[in-house]
Amino acid sequence: MARVVVDVMLKPEILDPQGQAVQRALPRLGFEGIADVRQGKRFELEVEGPVDEAALARIHAMAETFLANTVIEDFTVKVDGEAQ
Amino acid sequence: MTARVGVITFPGTLDDRDTQRAVRIAGLEPVPLWHRDKDLKQVDAVVLPGGFSYGDYLRAGAISRFSPVMETVIEQAKGGMPVLGICNGFQVLTETHLLPGAMLRNNHLHFICREQKLRVENAGTAWTSDYEAGQEISIPLKNIDGRYVADEHTLDELEAEGRVAFRYLDGNPNGSLRDIAGITNAAGNVVGLMPHPEHAVEPLVGTGRTDGLGFFTSILKKLVNA
Repeated sequence: MARVVVDVMLKPEILDPQGQAVQRALPRLGFEGIADVRQGKRFELEVEGPVDEAALARIHAMAETFLANTVIEDFTVKVDGEAQ
Repeated sequence: MTARVGVITFPGTLDDRDTQRAVRIAGLEPVPLWHRDKDLKQVDAVVLPGGFSYGDYLRAGAISRFSPVMETVIEQAKGGMPVLGICNGFQVLTETHLLPGAMLRNNHLHFICREQKLRVENAGTAWTSDYEAGQEISIPLKNIDGRYVADEHTLDELEAEGRVAFRYLDGNPNGSLRDIAGITNAAGNVVGLMPHPEHAVEPLVGTGRTDGLGFFTSILKKLVNA
């Protein structure tokens, strides 16, 4: 089975207080030099059958309608770590 | 005949009983609906109550949006049926795109529970006609995903069309853009807000105020006069 990864990130203009909270904690823990952190979601899909164009189109539709809310989030679809 | 108001229960809904009670107190007949019901049992209006439908997994309201009952609600709302979404119900309505924008984690990341002052900005919707424009009311607020966001163009459009139905007063509790607490669709039949009118309908419980009752008496008038 092939693995397809869907990464979902808040759009750049949307405030990400979770990422900010992580960023603010870093110096306290001794990790300096990180100017900004944004937090996203990663979905790993184990796909039955071949990951052909049709399968990728279905996954793209799935990401667009369900995994991401495109009002506030962007997403990318990758197969085995290779950008599509 | 009494008008029938459906109150939907999803797995994880908390405020369905309070909402049914508010509907009853206003003089309407509450009709419990289950998330798997495709048939709305001939109700005249629907309320999506607060809670954490489907555990709010993925995003608040995202999974409920695809439930069988919502397929019918979306279709009928587009046809003019009055729909009110309270808190999680508001989140569901943005996920369905019946209302624009989206709801995100509060800017301070904390769950908040308090009495919240609001200004009724639009008293022309199906659910707000018993209020007056500019009226200030106080009802409970309790959520962690209450931050309303939309792009600038959408916000300007909402303001220009008078579709910001409620605004927070005395401090913005969650970072919602332009202090927006609730909005309506263009037709005025679909309304969503984060605070909970159904918890403020009896003087003996909750905040001791009945400022929320107007939502349910508004819809009563609307349905009886229809």
